[in-house]
Amino acid sequence: MAIYLLRRLGLAVITLFLLSVIIFFAGQVLPGDPARAILGPLSAESAVRALDHQLGVDRPLLTQYTSWITGMLRGSMGESYQYQSPVEPLLVAALVKSAKLGAFALVVIIPLGILGGVIAALSAGRQVDRIITLTGSSAAALPEFATGIVAAIIFSVGLKLLPFPPQIQPGESFLSQLHALILPAIPLVLVLFGYIARMARAGTIEALESDYVRTATLKGLKRVVVIYRHVLRNSLLPTITVIATQTGYLIGGLVVVERLFNYQGIGNLIFHAANAKDFPMLEAGVLTIGVVYMVATVGADVLTTVLNPRQRTEAAR
Amino acid sequence: MPTGVVAGDAERQQTPLWRLLLRRPTFVVGAAILLFWIVCATFGTAIAPHDPLAQQLLATNQAPSSAHLFGTDQLGRDVLSRVIVGSQSIFIIAPLATAVGTVLGTTLGLILGYLGGVVDLLASRVVEAVLALPAIMIMFLFVVALGVSTTTQILIIGFIFTPLIARTVRSAVQVESQLDYVPGARLVGDRSLRIMFVEILPNVLPTVVVEFTVRLGYAIFAVASLAFLGFGPQLSTPNWGTDINANYVLLGAGYWWESLFPALAIASVIIAINLVADAIEQVFAG
Repeated sequence: MAIYLLRRLGLAVITLFLLSVIIFFAGQVLPGDPARAILGPLSAESAVRALDHQLGVDRPLLTQYTSWITGMLRGSMGESYQYQSPVEPLLVAALVKSAKLGAFALVVIIPLGILGGVIAALSAGRQVDRIITLTGSSAAALPEFATGIVAAIIFSVGLKLLPFPPQIQPGESFLSQLHALILPAIPLVLVLFGYIARMARAGTIEALESDYVRTATLKGLKRVVVIYRHVLRNSLLPTITVIATQTGYLIGGLVVVERLFNYQGIGNLIFHAANAKDFPMLEAGVLTIGVVYMVATVGADVLTTVLNPRQRTEAAR
Repeated sequence: MPTGVVAGDAERQQTPLWRLLLRRPTFVVGAAILLFWIVCATFGTAIAPHDPLAQQLLATNQAPSSAHLFGTDQLGRDVLSRVIVGSQSIFIIAPLATAVGTVLGTTLGLILGYLGGVVDLLASRVVEAVLALPAIMIMFLFVVALGVSTTTQILIIGFIFTPLIARTVRSAVQVESQLDYVPGARLVGDRSLRIMFVEILPNVLPTVVVEFTVRLGYAIFAVASLAFLGFGPQLSTPNWGTDINANYVLLGAGYWWESLFPALAIASVIIAINLVADAIEQVFAG
């Protein structure tokens, strides 16, 4: 197993390296001179060149990349052009906010998605199954801003239950923070429900058709016991993988939701950085999302290996 | 004769595909909704009750009434007329972008799946690196970099779909390559290119078609989301995403109709595509 995990980790590092190269060089393609963007169109050419030199953007690309990536590895992400201050504290604060929103959405969606998937599987092929599956896949396909708007109109404009736009003051109590998170979480929950329910459904159906479930049924166990003890334990494995993968997506896919609800997480941070051509902030933000995603996927693989004895032996080979 | 995924019973062989599709209520409903919006996109200004661009500054933010069924926006423009006309850019960009991605992705998938080896290994790494970012974020970054013209949006979305589609086609091709007809064709002396595009391609076509419809839904999602983020056509041009972007802040003031109706319109198109994609998938699955 150790060898398998090491190999998996090695592949993740290679992928991250490639990603860092892509992000860095894509950033170079963006039109516009950083110093010009900071100083404005009216400043003197000599001043622009001086600042370019100070920022180090007039060095050869390879040198720039090396100093950027070694800085990243040491945890220093450079200075934001927009705010004229180090990137890390801003990025960390935004990431924490996004993580809060993402975690809240996951806490709601995991039980809901699994329940939906298991119910669909137990009535496989019947109307209930079709309704859950189609609703799930349709909801997953809807843009977050469309579902978010509808949710805001229902709960905020209509029922006046939730604030729009939701605002969290520093030092607010846990419960009132949760209250503000409900509205932005709704579109995320809708997106993820379909994925998780689909995996839970597939896993449950596979388990239901297995020999051990037939044996359990034939030896006279009650259906509830069979489902709880034999079906669920086996069916949830693929679901766990999907949840871990979706966690990465969740953090990154927040741009639209965070824009809509004016929530100052990493999505909003990247949005503003891109519009302001704030390269250090933009590149650090995008790379962070890549890292989060990679950690989530590797975590998913590790978890599956640990939980599934079959894969453990396969991996050891 | 190659036999692959499409093999089925006699009845299925005889009934044309469109007949099988028309028997499915999900397909009929989905196609009807799409047809409705395509008619709106094509003849929009003729159908719309008002000029979608006409501002009435004395009748701004009017709630829905008999004069304006969907109300008016902050410039007094008729929301119903803007919703009717607002689908145009989506119906131009999304299908073309999906077509670009499908053609490139299928070609790449055929090559990777058939040749395998080092090329496959290297390309898969790069694909995985790109996929480590959510698609909408990559699109957003490229649109910021390259601008928002129709052509750039088509190309950006098409290129981002390429690895996604290639991945699916690649695994279908790998399955096909193990069937007897592929080594058979090789023994007969067919060239690789011929085997890929003449022998294997027709057998993975169902996968490609399903992939196209599913991606089409996502392309609409992407075009609408980009417009919402401020990368749509110019502000005065009616567009669902752009209109929501311009008006959702007014939700706080209670002017819900200005963003609700465009949002429902987008939702209806995406659900319709999903229904059609689901029906096509079911028909191919038999």
